[in-house]
Amino acid sequence: MSVVLPGAALPKNTPDPVTPRTVPHRGGDVNPSVEALRAQFGATIGRHDVTWGETTVWIDATKVREIALWLRDDPTQQYDYLVDVTAVEHRDAAMPLEMVWHVRSLPYRRFLRIKAALDPNAELEVPSIEPVYKSANWLEREVYDMFGVRFGGHSDLRRILLWESYAEGFPLRKDFPLRGRFSRSEQLTQALAANPEAPYSMEELSVADAFHELPADMRERLLRVKAGG
Amino acid sequence: MGLSPATTTSQVSYDPPSQDGWVTTRLEFLVNWGRANSLWPMPFGTACCAIEFMATAASRFDLARFGMERMSYSPRQADVLICAGRVPYKLAPVIRRIYEQMPQPKWVISMGACASTGGMFDNYAVVQGIDTIIPVDVYVPGCPPRPEALIHGILMLQDKVKQQRSLSNDAQYAELVIDPTSRHYIPASRIDELSEPFGNSVHQTRSAP
Repeated sequence: MSVVLPGAALPKNTPDPVTPRTVPHRGGDVNPSVEALRAQFGATIGRHDVTWGETTVWIDATKVREIALWLRDDPTQQYDYLVDVTAVEHRDAAMPLEMVWHVRSLPYRRFLRIKAALDPNAELEVPSIEPVYKSANWLEREVYDMFGVRFGGHSDLRRILLWESYAEGFPLRKDFPLRGRFSRSEQLTQALAANPEAPYSMEELSVADAFHELPADMRERLLRVKAGG
Repeated sequence: MGLSPATTTSQVSYDPPSQDGWVTTRLEFLVNWGRANSLWPMPFGTACCAIEFMATAASRFDLARFGMERMSYSPRQADVLICAGRVPYKLAPVIRRIYEQMPQPKWVISMGACASTGGMFDNYAVVQGIDTIIPVDVYVPGCPPRPEALIHGILMLQDKVKQQRSLSNDAQYAELVIDPTSRHYIPASRIDELSEPFGNSVHQTRSAP
């Protein structure tokens, strides 16, 4: 493990950053990574804009893993920190559903917002960037839980906030009614029938380390819990 | 002999002139007096009401004045479940199980608008009042209630405890047994399995008599 100091890759005489007094709503300095992305990936990279000093670049959703890998590993980029993965669905039905990735380069003190448009009426599927950023694991699970976006290549794609047997759909989609699809009594019945320990995988349970030393009946029970019993 | 005439009130009588140190009362009154003044709360704090609950338990409002000297973080040693905050559906089986693990006699205070009715969270994720899961004795309104309001609710609960016919009516302390044909029914063996990590040195389980 090496410690990455912020701004370590910048020239030696670069002054320390100061909080800007005025930031324009639209326009301003474009993150130089956008031009570098265009040079590297060509037509895969779409338009970009700058909002409140932050650069957003649109990409082709199917290429996100290659782009993330290049942004992370290229010595002129070094985006070593995945801040967030989320999605936006707009009330306007003509607007696409947007996948959003926030990445930050600590050595270069850069922030980049990457967006990709998905058709909200089709099957939502994008490649997972978990092989690139381990922290994408839970973030992508949350997006799957709330929006139903399937991440191809994710190692453990299942619900994270709602329980696994939740059957009403994906709550942050615009076609999801605020109070859910089922009646209150049906919701309560299903919730009470859920096993509170089922959402935890064996790896998440502390006893997993000593699993093979446990008594046979407890081993059998844990396997049953893991299977959702 | 120092005994005062039999009393029909719920008063402790004492006869100073004889100086024999006799005190007479009704056993039921004594039991209720003891129970009402040593309610140990099981705090189930999930939201901002829990902050007010902490303030109530801290030195300025000092819940210990009412016999709630000790927060019981184990349901096994608790008398009153104080649900402070909204309960999402994911927590519904948890609070149900905590309630079932508490020994009789037990009471429940629903603190705040969310615990009582779901409050402003009329959405897919929040239980619309914990009385759909467990029986509630006292509802404390407020969003969140001030510590005085919670203390008022606790005093109301103490009044209720003091008026209970503890010895003549066993039915009120009978465990509520869920109909085995109901979808809410969990067999005792399953509950024992689940409560296993919470047992103590004598292997205390929920289904044990």
